[in-house]
Amino acid sequence: MPLLNELTIKQAREGLDAKEFSSVELTMACLDRIKKRNKKINAFITVTEELALQEAEKADKQIKQKKQTILTGIPFSIKDAICVKDVRSTGSAKILDNYIAPYESTVITKIREQGAVLLGKNNCDAFGHGASNENSMYGPVKNPHDEKRVAGGSSGGSAAAVADHQCIFSIAEDTGGSIRQPASFCGIVGLRPSYGRNSRFGIMPMASSLDTVGPMGKTVEDVAILESIMAGKDEKDATTVFDKVTNYLKKKKETLQSGGQARNKKQKLRVGVPKEYFEKEGLDVEVRSIIEENIEKLKGLNVEIVEVSLPHTKYAIPVYYIIVPSEDSSNLGRLDGIRYGVQAKHKNLYEAYSKSRAQGFPEEVKRRIMIGTYALSAGYYDAYYKKAQKVRTLIKQDFEEVFGLVDVLITPTSPFPAFKIGEKKDDVLAMYLADVFVAPASLAGLPAISVPAGKTKSGLPVGLQMIGPRMGEQIVFNLASILEDQNT
Amino acid sequence: MSLTVKEIEQIAILARLELSNKEKRKYAEEISVVLDYVKVLNEVNTDDVTETCQVTGLEDVVREDVVVGCDEETKEKLIGAFPEKKRDLLKVKGVFDVV
Repeated sequence: MPLLNELTIKQAREGLDAKEFSSVELTMACLDRIKKRNKKINAFITVTEELALQEAEKADKQIKQKKQTILTGIPFSIKDAICVKDVRSTGSAKILDNYIAPYESTVITKIREQGAVLLGKNNCDAFGHGASNENSMYGPVKNPHDEKRVAGGSSGGSAAAVADHQCIFSIAEDTGGSIRQPASFCGIVGLRPSYGRNSRFGIMPMASSLDTVGPMGKTVEDVAILESIMAGKDEKDATTVFDKVTNYLKKKKETLQSGGQARNKKQKLRVGVPKEYFEKEGLDVEVRSIIEENIEKLKGLNVEIVEVSLPHTKYAIPVYYIIVPSEDSSNLGRLDGIRYGVQAKHKNLYEAYSKSRAQGFPEEVKRRIMIGTYALSAGYYDAYYKKAQKVRTLIKQDFEEVFGLVDVLITPTSPFPAFKIGEKKDDVLAMYLADVFVAPASLAGLPAISVPAGKTKSGLPVGLQMIGPRMGEQIVFNLASILEDQNT
Repeated sequence: MSLTVKEIEQIAILARLELSNKEKRKYAEEISVVLDYVKVLNEVNTDDVTETCQVTGLEDVVREDVVVGCDEETKEKLIGAFPEKKRDLLKVKGVFDVV
């Protein structure tokens, strides 16, 4: 019997409904784990213990009255770059150290309406800027599998909290890989939804044309349950699309036979393996062989594996690191120390801005503001931002063409397992290149999941990424769940 | 592509970001490296390519332009978050002060 805090959503639901334990007991188990581990792992910036216990008591009453819904009494955590009403939300930057959000993100309201119990807010790279969680002004998050290594980023705290059983699940944000890469480093499941499926309202904006908010959990089924709650049109986010799916795993049994929905039903499911992702210099040998073993497992299930080409892959990181800092620099203009947040001592208005921002932002945030301001300034806009948006079109077209041939793409999530804390911190380009396999799907607005694929000899988790066509979460979840069955 | 410290200073003024001399030198070097790296995009022919600004394909998403009220409690919280205030008003230094 696993400890209570080690349960999945599904197991916790069954146990709570069967009265094997109460939500207060389950919540206490998570809070105890946080207390024991937070000094070491540093996954939480804020722990909402009192609120959690109140919500757990309320949940127990509902369960007693048989009024429970899908998440009633199940404890979870939220990346600190997502606003929660009346809870401190720092985005991992000191400029918001004292910020208590007066409003709440739409997806969080949806999750809480289903009865989930809030444990606290997770550490992350400040405003989502980073791939190692070393850009947090509250210190790096340690990887529970090896505390000398990073948890990944930017949603490192969420990934570590789930992997270390400090919560049952976590809600995080993925702009260029911030859910998938830490999920891969920590050995859990994380979904970046199709851009537009989940509302971005109440998420601290980073790059508005790429930002998504998604779930992180212990199993594919848990993540699918969460996504079905989070999805949907929101009048507060004009980019949301209507596409309600109540059960993403409903067609799991048919997945291998139907070959997806687009083609002849008698055809096998076709999985594309993009050659550019495997030719990459710097792809770790062990990561490569673990991913290839997983592909072999799928072959054994009568899945057709097809080698495909996405010729513009190598341009994804340069495109990403123009578009993201540009949109970042514009979005971060709102953080000026005037209406909320921490204001620095100043003699005039200019200093109120420039000193508050100097003291309240970490190095990477400043670097991105500088790159973005430069790329958007008069005379450079066409050469940088516009050019990057054009190449983005070509990257998107590569995917559209390939999804005429295959149902799902499989790649490693990251070229390497979790690296050592400090290893890449002073090499800006090396850190940016950590996103090389996760950024392309982001630019194309596609859904992508990272699922545990195995471990290296030294015990570090390796994640496998499945990318689906736009709004193709269903096929991604089903195939990921089939692969998960093979690996457990 | 190499940025000078002077250019960094100009960008920093546009961005309303105070930088130390050490930061100016560091960013001049690092941002030059990034700009050199992204130059690889110039080898892609994009003559007849339109930009991707968004991926949803949605067009003209509109709603009624109506004023929505704010409850008293939220109003108090918003005002409470002001770093400097005078009664219920946000207090700032003179807007026309020169740098």
